[in-house]
Amino acid sequence: MSEEYLYFPGCSLKATGRAYEESLLTLFRLLDIKLDELEDWNCCGATSYMSIDEEKAFALSARNLALAQKTGKKELLAPCAACYLVLKKTQDYVERYPSMREYVEASLKAANLPMGDKIRTRHPLEVLYNDIGLDRIRSKVVRKWTGGPVACYYGCQAVRPYYEVDKPVDPTRMEELLEAAGIPTVKYSLKTKCCGGSLTGTIHKVGVRLNAILLKEAARNGAKVVATLCPLCQFNLDAYQGEIRKQTQQNLDMPILYFTQLLGWALGGDARALGFRRSISGQAPMKQWLSASKEVAAHV
Amino acid sequence: MEIKRQMKHQKEATPEWAHQITKLPGCEKLFSCIQCGTCSGTCPLSIYMDYTPRRIMNLVREGFREDALASQTIWLCASCYSCTVRCPQQIQITDIMYTLKREAIKSRLFPKRFPIPALAREFYGMVSKNGRSSEMWLVMRMAMKSNPMILLTMIGTGWNLFKTGRMTLRREKIRRVSELPHENAKAMEVR
Repeated sequence: MSEEYLYFPGCSLKATGRAYEESLLTLFRLLDIKLDELEDWNCCGATSYMSIDEEKAFALSARNLALAQKTGKKELLAPCAACYLVLKKTQDYVERYPSMREYVEASLKAANLPMGDKIRTRHPLEVLYNDIGLDRIRSKVVRKWTGGPVACYYGCQAVRPYYEVDKPVDPTRMEELLEAAGIPTVKYSLKTKCCGGSLTGTIHKVGVRLNAILLKEAARNGAKVVATLCPLCQFNLDAYQGEIRKQTQQNLDMPILYFTQLLGWALGGDARALGFRRSISGQAPMKQWLSASKEVAAHV
Repeated sequence: MEIKRQMKHQKEATPEWAHQITKLPGCEKLFSCIQCGTCSGTCPLSIYMDYTPRRIMNLVREGFREDALASQTIWLCASCYSCTVRCPQQIQITDIMYTLKREAIKSRLFPKRFPIPALAREFYGMVSKNGRSSEMWLVMRMAMKSNPMILLTMIGTGWNLFKTGRMTLRREKIRRVSELPHENAKAMEVR
């Protein structure tokens, strides 16, 4: 049985979130699962498109579902939290509101595309947890983790308002996956508090403030690394640590890594292939464990 | 200093507008709000808002259209859905915020030179045309339409992203632009 998923990267995973794509592909290769990129996919529309025109926003996102359906596959993997939510919401709204369905259907028809309503949108966290399972992850671990405790940060749109990835307020699957790979986690009460998304770019001070709070709390709980599942969360927590250091007078230099990077590392992935060099913050602490873990210990 | 009346008169409200809003997708439950304030309490941004989410809900259902639509609140909402999943009345507050954003854009009541609606409009234009967003160009256009000084806060970050291979100057575009909703809308009108 060859396992295979159709994969929708979205704009971020090709730019600021490149390490997410690199580590996801590496991790799934290590697990012998094939990922097929959706051909000629378009931007999901994220939050901004929806703020201007609702019908077109759903029609835009529905094109990706339509392209997915045309491949004959049943499931579409969307790692970016915003993409994931938009795809889910599109199907939800099209199903619940006949007027919305009518518009989306007509729009797709004008482009000779079918409705993509047989496609199930999946997130890698939940695929790893449900389809692949903790036991299989555990059995594949080859590297002993030496990077210290990890705070698992879920952010908002992957866990809300649709509950398939995990519980909306106190999710635990990321912790369970990392623990299965031998990576200790800490309690983190702000795990689903929003990072502010694009606010760091628009109302800069407010955006940075939200991220300062998130980082301080992770550090206070003893975390040495923050794990994320969203390219925007990773970017915000990673790129503004210089400013946050000044603002909080704390000596923070924390690696902010995708959970796929951490799992990929435990499963023996190559540091370069997992995109560790793309982190802006935390390179110094990372260097310690990236080199220390060369002596690979069988850790089962 | 100009002294203005701060209290609103009922006759300044348009309750019919509130009723129209409740007919839109996601806004059906607006009138079941009990003003408990759970939304404001859970909102990570309410402390920066001109009206908290609870107050926006009340302004909308009483029909104070312009106050709600011209607020910064609706744009500061980052759509994290915290309020929506916690509302004891199952009001989809995030979706109501989206509806208000769209109304504000349509009626041009959104705060001018405020970076968030500027970003949304530029993003919309770019994605409608190319089918993808090119982060670097988007940020430039947003700054030009709101406050170019924003770019100063981004130089360091931009350089760091460039060094780590996370930023390009390439303009992203899909191959079959003709399949995008804007092109389809033209075809739908012809029919």
